[in-house]
Amino acid sequence: MSGEAVVFYLLAAVTLGSGAVIVTSGNIVHAAAALVPALLGVTGLYILLNAEFVAGIQVLIYAGAITVLILFAIMLTEGGTGLGGRQRNEQTAVGAAVAAAMAALLIAVAVRTNWAPPAAGATLPSYTPGAIGQSFLGRNILVFEGTSIVLLVSLMGAIMIARRED
Amino acid sequence: MLGLTHYLVVAALLFALGLFAVVTRRNSVTILMGIELMLNAANINLVAFNKYAAPGAMQGQIFALIVITLAACEAAVGLALVLAAYRTLETVYVDEINIMKW
Amino acid sequence: MTHLAWVIPLLPLAAFTAIVFAGPRLPGRGAYVSIAGIVLAGVGGLIVLGEVIGGARADVTYTWAVLGARPITVGFVVDPLSAIMLAMVGVVASLITIYSVGYMAADPHYPRFFAYMSLFQFSMLFLVLADNFLFIYAGWELVGLCSYLLIGFWFERPAAARAALKAFVTTRVGDFSMMIGILIIFLHTGSLRFDEVFRSIQGGALTGPLLTAAAVLVFGGAVGKSAQVPLHTWLPDAMEGPTPVSALIHAATMVAAGVYLVARTYPLFLASPDHTALTVVAYIGGITAVVAATMGVVEDDIKRVLAYSTISQLGYMMLGLGVLGYTAGMFHLITHAFFKALLFLGAGSVIHAVATNNLKQMGGLARAMPWTTWTFIAGTLALTGIPPFAGFFSKDAILAAVFAHHPVLWAFGAAGAFLTSLYMGRLVWYAFAGSYRGGDPAAATASHAHAPHESPAVMVVPLAILAVFAVFLGWVGSETLGNPFGRFINFPGATAEPPAGTGAGLLVLSIAIAVAGWAAAGAIYVWRLVPSESLRRAAPWAYTLLVRRYYVDDLYAWVFLGVGGLVMRAAGLFDRYVIDGLVNLTGWLARQFGLGLRYVQTGREETYLLLVFLGVLVIVVVRLWW
Repeated sequence: MSGEAVVFYLLAAVTLGSGAVIVTSGNIVHAAAALVPALLGVTGLYILLNAEFVAGIQVLIYAGAITVLILFAIMLTEGGTGLGGRQRNEQTAVGAAVAAAMAALLIAVAVRTNWAPPAAGATLPSYTPGAIGQSFLGRNILVFEGTSIVLLVSLMGAIMIARRED
Repeated sequence: MLGLTHYLVVAALLFALGLFAVVTRRNSVTILMGIELMLNAANINLVAFNKYAAPGAMQGQIFALIVITLAACEAAVGLALVLAAYRTLETVYVDEINIMKW
Repeated sequence: MTHLAWVIPLLPLAAFTAIVFAGPRLPGRGAYVSIAGIVLAGVGGLIVLGEVIGGARADVTYTWAVLGARPITVGFVVDPLSAIMLAMVGVVASLITIYSVGYMAADPHYPRFFAYMSLFQFSMLFLVLADNFLFIYAGWELVGLCSYLLIGFWFERPAAARAALKAFVTTRVGDFSMMIGILIIFLHTGSLRFDEVFRSIQGGALTGPLLTAAAVLVFGGAVGKSAQVPLHTWLPDAMEGPTPVSALIHAATMVAAGVYLVARTYPLFLASPDHTALTVVAYIGGITAVVAATMGVVEDDIKRVLAYSTISQLGYMMLGLGVLGYTAGMFHLITHAFFKALLFLGAGSVIHAVATNNLKQMGGLARAMPWTTWTFIAGTLALTGIPPFAGFFSKDAILAAVFAHHPVLWAFGAAGAFLTSLYMGRLVWYAFAGSYRGGDPAAATASHAHAPHESPAVMVVPLAILAVFAVFLGWVGSETLGNPFGRFINFPGATAEPPAGTGAGLLVLSIAIAVAGWAAAGAIYVWRLVPSESLRRAAPWAYTLLVRRYYVDDLYAWVFLGVGGLVMRAAGLFDRYVIDGLVNLTGWLARQFGLGLRYVQTGREETYLLLVFLGVLVIVVVRLWW
């Protein structure tokens, strides 16, 4: 087994294991804490997929900002004690079945489909930040501008919604 | 030999986990965490396809970057909503937020 | 005038309308308007009769509707038959209405009575003038309705309400039979007009057993309306109504409508092979004549005795018509109307004076009420067929006709005549002779003094006028004067002469039987040679049979109320549990379905989310692998 595969399986185990903790933990703080390794695992997978810039952004935003955001929310709501009621509602069984079925479906599709093999021997271009930046300001400028508007709006919206009424 | 399928399988499993969290958990913050997991799974798919199926362009990664950005926005607004709800309704558990139900 | 004869029924109808809308405010609280209506109609009827005797005829027809290829026409006919009926109804009804002013004077519902009387008069006159089955059926139903309204006039009394319903339902059975007969006729001849129907029948449109069936079914209506056996049970109970009602409707006019119907549709009966239909008519008439007379002998209620007498006399009329004695039957109808109305009005006068119907509580009224007594006796003599009173001529004509065709039925008729004299003699004796057996003065109403006295003039004068008719009307149909009635009202081919040489003998025999009946009444009740108690003890079963009206009422009650009631209850159970059950089951299922599906709408978002993903799964699976 090549080194790449070993790393892959390791990263997959970390990601999925943390994911399992997130979704099944009775303690919400534990769940939030488990979010970090999960996201970092995904980062590793990105690196394996030659997407370094995406991996960097993932760390910055996901593992950094979003995790902290979630921790803040937990803190400001009653989940701060980490205790409080049961965490699973009564449709657990059906939900598990649906999730399992969904997974099975997706895996079946993935395994059975004959994905076109990549052009043999083609070397991958380097996905440098510069190239990505060029792409954003070139081909994907519309998406770029649109996303910035969304960012602005959501920023304003979040502030407005979370403001204390007084 | 690592292939596209491996990544797709991992993404699928991650998606399923996120789905389970969204559908099953009571705390709304946990539900948001599940949503994040699902978004990450989609991202893995995108980047994997980018590498293995369409390596010439970098659309997959661009897409993934946009998704991350939007996920951040959505997390911000969502958590703001949770906070506002908590302030008014005194609870974060979604099954207790049922004042519109008869 | 003849062409305008259709106006005559409208006069009492106008009176009815006026009284309905303004009754208590009209002159005489509606009575005078009603009297005006019928008197004018009566005068008109007499004028028409005069003209028709002089040879005038009329037949006015309008096409009312067209059913496919068959036009439905309506119209009026004025011929001897309808003219004589018009005149008779007009005169008798006028006298009875005038009498009612006195009889109903103390009644709080005075205007309503006269309104109903006018409505009835309209219905009867309308029926008489009809020239088609549709109109005669309409008139039939109208008189039936008025009979119901008038029998149940004092509807607060349960007995009256029940009697009205019984009359209506029993005659309904007859009406239904008649309707089926009319439909058969319409189906085969394509028309409802009498003359067209009869022409078609002559032409062979309807023959054989089906024709006989149609004729008998139409006769069924007459059986109901004229209270023949087996639909006779309603008439005695109908005496719950006020006495003028009994006189007008249940003696003179409405019950005569059945006889009129047979006379009007005579060609239908004649065309029946071997005269089967007529034989049915004759036998039913004959049986009724005898059976009703037997029941009259044991009745204690003065009006009920007269009711049975009416049923019996109607039987005679049917008997006459059935043995081709067209003239005799109609003649008896006319004379009977006068003397039976007289008898009923006289009975009403008696009841008005003594406040009871029970013969056993009367007596000695001859001294107190001379006018009533002697007019009543005149009527009785007419009824029992004592010459030279009216009934003698008409009844003898019938018996002669019967003897000519069916000697067996003659025996029935003779027996009936004997019994008629017997029960009428009994009635006269109990009511008028001897001394007053009546109740104590305290029980008498305030309007009646301590002892009975003669009725007011408004009641006595009609009695007197009717008595004149009862005495003298018979000569109109007598052979010695050339039988003008017979020349006026006859049907070609329907002659019934007794065998040569027996005519005189039969005449004497009829008189002898009538006198014998009177003698028997004398023997049993007056001189008590054979006291009624000993007769009763000798054959108690016979007495019971008569008092219980041959158990016919009980039989009907058992069949219709008993057996019918079981069927109805079973049907009711079926309806309630099976049919309703099915309907309720559908509702219950829908409800259960809803109650179950209700849980899908949890109002909780997580459920919906789950369902969304479930849906996606299902769609994808279905799309990919199916």
